[in-house]
Amino acid sequence: MTLVRHELRQGWKLLAVWTAVIGFFVMVCVFLFPEMKAEMEGVSKMFSAMGAFTAAFGMDRLNFGTLIGFYAVECGNILGIGGAFFAALMAVNVLMKEEKDRTAEFLLAHPVSRVRLVTEKLAALLIQLIIMNGIIFAVSASSMMIIGENIPWKEMAMLHLAYFLAQVELTGICFGISAFLRRGSLGIGIGIAAVLYFLNLIANLSDQAEFLKYITPFGFADGADIIADGSLNGKMVLLGMAVALAGIGAAYGKYTRKDIQ
Amino acid sequence: MYAIQIEELTKYYGKARGIIDLSLTVREGEFFGFIGPNGAGKSTTIRTLLGLIRPTSGQVKILGRDISKDKNKILAEIGYLPSETVFYPGMRVKDILRLSARLRKQDCQAEAQMLCDRLQLDVNKKAEELSFGNRKKAGIVAALQHKPRLLILDEPTSGLDPLMQREFFAILRERNEQGTAVFLSSHVLSEVQNNCTRAAIIREGRMIACGNVEALARTNARRITIHGQAELDGLEGVRDRKEEAGAVSFLYSGDIRLLLGKLARGNITDLSVTEPKLEEIFLHYYEKGGDGNDTCKA
Repeated sequence: MTLVRHELRQGWKLLAVWTAVIGFFVMVCVFLFPEMKAEMEGVSKMFSAMGAFTAAFGMDRLNFGTLIGFYAVECGNILGIGGAFFAALMAVNVLMKEEKDRTAEFLLAHPVSRVRLVTEKLAALLIQLIIMNGIIFAVSASSMMIIGENIPWKEMAMLHLAYFLAQVELTGICFGISAFLRRGSLGIGIGIAAVLYFLNLIANLSDQAEFLKYITPFGFADGADIIADGSLNGKMVLLGMAVALAGIGAAYGKYTRKDIQ
Repeated sequence: MYAIQIEELTKYYGKARGIIDLSLTVREGEFFGFIGPNGAGKSTTIRTLLGLIRPTSGQVKILGRDISKDKNKILAEIGYLPSETVFYPGMRVKDILRLSARLRKQDCQAEAQMLCDRLQLDVNKKAEELSFGNRKKAGIVAALQHKPRLLILDEPTSGLDPLMQREFFAILRERNEQGTAVFLSSHVLSEVQNNCTRAAIIREGRMIACGNVEALARTNARRITIHGQAELDGLEGVRDRKEEAGAVSFLYSGDIRLLLGKLARGNITDLSVTEPKLEEIFLHYYEKGGDGNDTCKA
């Protein structure tokens, strides 16, 4: 637990900033809903006139007049993208940073096995994600209460669970990559998250590219699909968790044998 | 039991040479010097001792245990000072020391306090505010506070002022007298000469000499300085020849009668014959082609 606590202390500022920024934008977004509802007719027309753009963001499948429809596409995207980028950034850095910042020689000269190090660092990442998602869920629900809407608990829970699982998948992938890096850049994490995000946009645009949804975690965390289907796509989620486990497995495999420099 | 027992250790980084066929032993309670130029493989050797890197071939045993099997038990008994000590930004010295103690599941507060006082280290300073020398001091305290049985020190005195160096070596000698083995990697030969009983010299990944420090320093070579004219060509055993202000100076390890013959035929106004300094002897080992012996195998 010493290393978990150490990691959380090292990362709390970054976690606080990302949580505050995402939470703030989600809140602002929810506060925009009453106005949007009043002008719904014009808004619908405007969105339907945007063609492919509308499809890419799933706005053709949702009713913007309902809170959850609006939330899933507008507000959800903020957490979907923001949370995923945060997860990727933290995970790609967490193992690599000891060598990059030259603290490895200090840390690894202690009687701490590599397995324990990897396990505690992974646990710290997951705890950070749980804290961030918990706070943002609470901010979101409170904002809905403030604007006087009924909170669609079930859909909200599904959406947020999907975003969390997408973050877990990205964490798994980037954690695995982190074990192989020595002097890498955080840009790798951002790049992976961005590419996977765009894959989902492409999948939404074309039927031929729909298989891409199985590749990217944003496939099962697409708010429009979740609300339209009323459930998560179990197959996609399982596949995503399998990918996450593969990444984590790779991290253990590599880091326990790695030459530390 | 040996504190360190290295057998035919070889490490390649891909195709790049780390160390080749290195064997040496350090006895328990010994103060051992490890000398070599930059890039010779000193840090590679140390990293292997700590299990940070895996050898390409060969074996490392520390305090009787195999590093590839019992790494945690071994690390619990080692104090390590890296050549470049870097800590986590934002952490205060006392937090770093506490983290280190927690990772060792030991309460080291009293010892840490004593060491910080002796080295005049402010524990409330943050890692990023520390000067190079103070970072070194924090590293020293972290390496010593849990009273390890074996200390591995990589260039420990760089950045420390002379007073602090003296205090540091005083602490090391006290620990050594209490039974702690010290493995000191250093460029500073006088440090090794003043503190270590045995030493090994490593160059280009291979050990070229190992033994008693006095024996290593003992040599039949003499530093000869002559003023005046003498024909020295054809003389065997001359090296490190320097000419300055009408004087010629060189290390001579050949037959002294041949030298005297040459000098007698010349026109010499002054002559001095002195024991070479330790530095000069070691520099000879450093240079390519220096002859070595292997007396450190178990």
